[in-house]
Amino acid sequence: MSTQEALQLLGAYRVLDLTDEKGFLCGRILGDLGADVIKIEKSGGDTSRNIGPFYQNIPDPSKSLYWFVYNASKRGVTLDLETSDGQDIFRRLVKTADFVIESFSPGYMASLGLGYSELRKISPRLIMVAITPFGQTGPYRGYVGSDLVLSALGGLSHLCGEEDGAPLRISGVGQAYLQAGAQAAVAALMAHYDRLVSGEGTYIDISIQECLCWTTELAIPLWSANKEIFKRRGIYQKRGGPRYRRIFKCKDGYITYAVQAGRMTGPMHARLVKIMDEQGMAGDMKDVDWAKLSMSEISEEDLARWEALLDKFFAKYTKAEIQQMAVEHQLIACPVNDIEDISKYVQLEARDYWVALDHPELNAKITYPGFWFKTDKGDCGIRSRAPLVGEHNSEIYEGELGFSKEELDVLRQAGVI
Amino acid sequence: MERFPCQGLRILDFSWIYTGPIVTKFLANAGAQVVKVESPRGPDDLRGYAPYRDGIPGINRSTFFAYYNDSKLGVTIDLANPKGRELATRLIQWCDVFVEAFRPGTLEKWGLSYEDVRKVKPDVIMISFTMQGQTGPNCRQPTFGAFFQSLVGFTNLVGWPDEPPMPPVGAYPDFIGPWLVLIAILSALDYRRRNGKGLHIDISQLETSLQFLAPALLDFRVNGRIQTRQGYYSGRAAPHGVYRCKGDDRWCALAVYNDKQWIALCEIIGKPELIRDQKFATVTSRMENRLALDKVVERWTVEHTAEEVMSLMQSAGIAAGVVQNGRDLLERDPQLKHREHWTLLNHPEIGEHFAEVPPYKFSSLVVKPRHGAPCLGEHNEYVCKQLLEMSDDEFIEYLEKGAFG
Repeated sequence: MSTQEALQLLGAYRVLDLTDEKGFLCGRILGDLGADVIKIEKSGGDTSRNIGPFYQNIPDPSKSLYWFVYNASKRGVTLDLETSDGQDIFRRLVKTADFVIESFSPGYMASLGLGYSELRKISPRLIMVAITPFGQTGPYRGYVGSDLVLSALGGLSHLCGEEDGAPLRISGVGQAYLQAGAQAAVAALMAHYDRLVSGEGTYIDISIQECLCWTTELAIPLWSANKEIFKRRGIYQKRGGPRYRRIFKCKDGYITYAVQAGRMTGPMHARLVKIMDEQGMAGDMKDVDWAKLSMSEISEEDLARWEALLDKFFAKYTKAEIQQMAVEHQLIACPVNDIEDISKYVQLEARDYWVALDHPELNAKITYPGFWFKTDKGDCGIRSRAPLVGEHNSEIYEGELGFSKEELDVLRQAGVI
Repeated sequence: MERFPCQGLRILDFSWIYTGPIVTKFLANAGAQVVKVESPRGPDDLRGYAPYRDGIPGINRSTFFAYYNDSKLGVTIDLANPKGRELATRLIQWCDVFVEAFRPGTLEKWGLSYEDVRKVKPDVIMISFTMQGQTGPNCRQPTFGAFFQSLVGFTNLVGWPDEPPMPPVGAYPDFIGPWLVLIAILSALDYRRRNGKGLHIDISQLETSLQFLAPALLDFRVNGRIQTRQGYYSGRAAPHGVYRCKGDDRWCALAVYNDKQWIALCEIIGKPELIRDQKFATVTSRMENRLALDKVVERWTVEHTAEEVMSLMQSAGIAAGVVQNGRDLLERDPQLKHREHWTLLNHPEIGEHFAEVPPYKFSSLVVKPRHGAPCLGEHNEYVCKQLLEMSDDEFIEYLEKGAFG
């Protein structure tokens, strides 16, 4: 869909985006929703352009797929905030900005004379969002963060992995900074809601560690109520009964399933048992009243025997076949999809989820995941591919701020842009 | 004077377990008035999840439920009863935003679909979120986040290359969805303010979750690579992983990105001879020999507590962090204390318990838990008389006709 057709859920609020990978997602979300997001990089381009994977595996700052994804829907300029010219230009941009988002170390912006106390003098209605690993103040303020370290200190790592084995994590795409980016957008929009009434801006201090704490689910109530530490169990789970398995091998991979009992999910398991029974594979599961039974009444021996029956049954089917069975018969089974599986998933195709974005600089179109949700008034969409280095310098600096081409040349040579 | 940013916002909440309740708790913590509606015979399933106060089950004793449902008003409505549906309709007229997570087709049965609701409130903002959206061949597939994360693709990415995959946590998509639902709600309010129109928003947790895997999705489309589980491998750092420390199930995460940090690490672990060891002297050689490197590091970390490892490494500018458990987070972490990430609330049946604060600190606004989670149907009368401004007689009529179940 073209950007003209895209729904503007948010007004064209001006966002000045100074973030690195710790906060990209915030501006990306606001941009998708309709905001006018300007990504500001230092001259020569941000070092986060070196994050892979890369287009055709060519490690080039203009080919980072990570950069493409999380900086789509943004225009891009270069600006060196450590020069006084750069700081002046930034202050001019702030005059018409609704939001500033940054992820520099605590105190950095203030050291440039661009802290919130200065910027609010220029624009009292400005909402400024600062994303850092641990927050602007406190004993860990100066600590070095990373996706892994923040997941550890935030409590997420502890929950994942084998019993008696190392904590593990979701490979391939670091989740910590994405959690922070999404939360930053929530906070910015809460402040925006207030601003509509009060007319005032505010400064928002986001700690990535705290954002990770919000993914820890049972760990907190378990300690809070029972002084019990959540135990990792790998492919198993345990809730008020014996330890039960959640991963089963199937013909071409794995699926997620579990023997279930009780009012809510017992009947679903009963439906699978019926299917298994039609093939004579249900064993003594067919004699159990799954809705009435509770997990705590199941013995380890029974469970082991039943899980072995499931092993035999699932071995006959592919992931796709089991998924189909789940849809048709209302079962709780889900395939353990890999990246290819989910890229070809029929449900996403049916909902027109994938979007082909034009990358003229590569002479190619790249397929992206589409927008986050649909509405009855139309759909928001990715407005544009991520900007090249300084791609919109002319548009913004000449077009908006009134610099002449000659002045821009001088600034460029001085390394200001 | 600090104020709550979403003061005056009215939320009608028909959701349960994780995603929806987290959304509405955040809004309630931001000052919104949240009316949480439960079915009297089938209340929020989370009420049935342990841990319970003192291990004694009870509909109002689940600390897990309390954890995600503070600061809300609780009512029961029997939607199978026409008087109950009438009450629901009045609440829809009262609210700014109507949040629901029913299976597609359910609200139609009760005459509460978007088309129905628009007739009584033309500018209603209705947010429907489910695992796979309102449309499509699989939209009615039953799913819980715990299983669904495998369909999304997260499970396949957890574990070691030569071992079976394992689910990342309880239900990881349920810890992405809420932020996007909140964003949808807050944006829709801006849209309505500018256009005077309401909206029906259809959120699929699958579609939101995939955004958190987007670079891997592009990698497949463009390069044909199928990202898979690879332990702690990082394309940019070595050592990079989680290392066993002294004590039971104590670990420290560590990430070394450059030569400067490598030199500092060698000095900390008392192995300066490794600085220029061919196997480890450069970033590329460290990446190549990372398995051997992990062993070297762990031989040292097992002799120290996780806290010592973190402290020594951080003093030298190396990213390091204790793998924290619930006790660490709640009681030991000094940074979370400083940030006042936890607070205490009182509840009539649970007593005093921890509540978690949304991870934002505003200079002039406040977002924090305000009061304990509701007991089942606790605010039936309050909501009717104070929010809907019913007379005593009106309220009694609803009560006698079974609207509350």
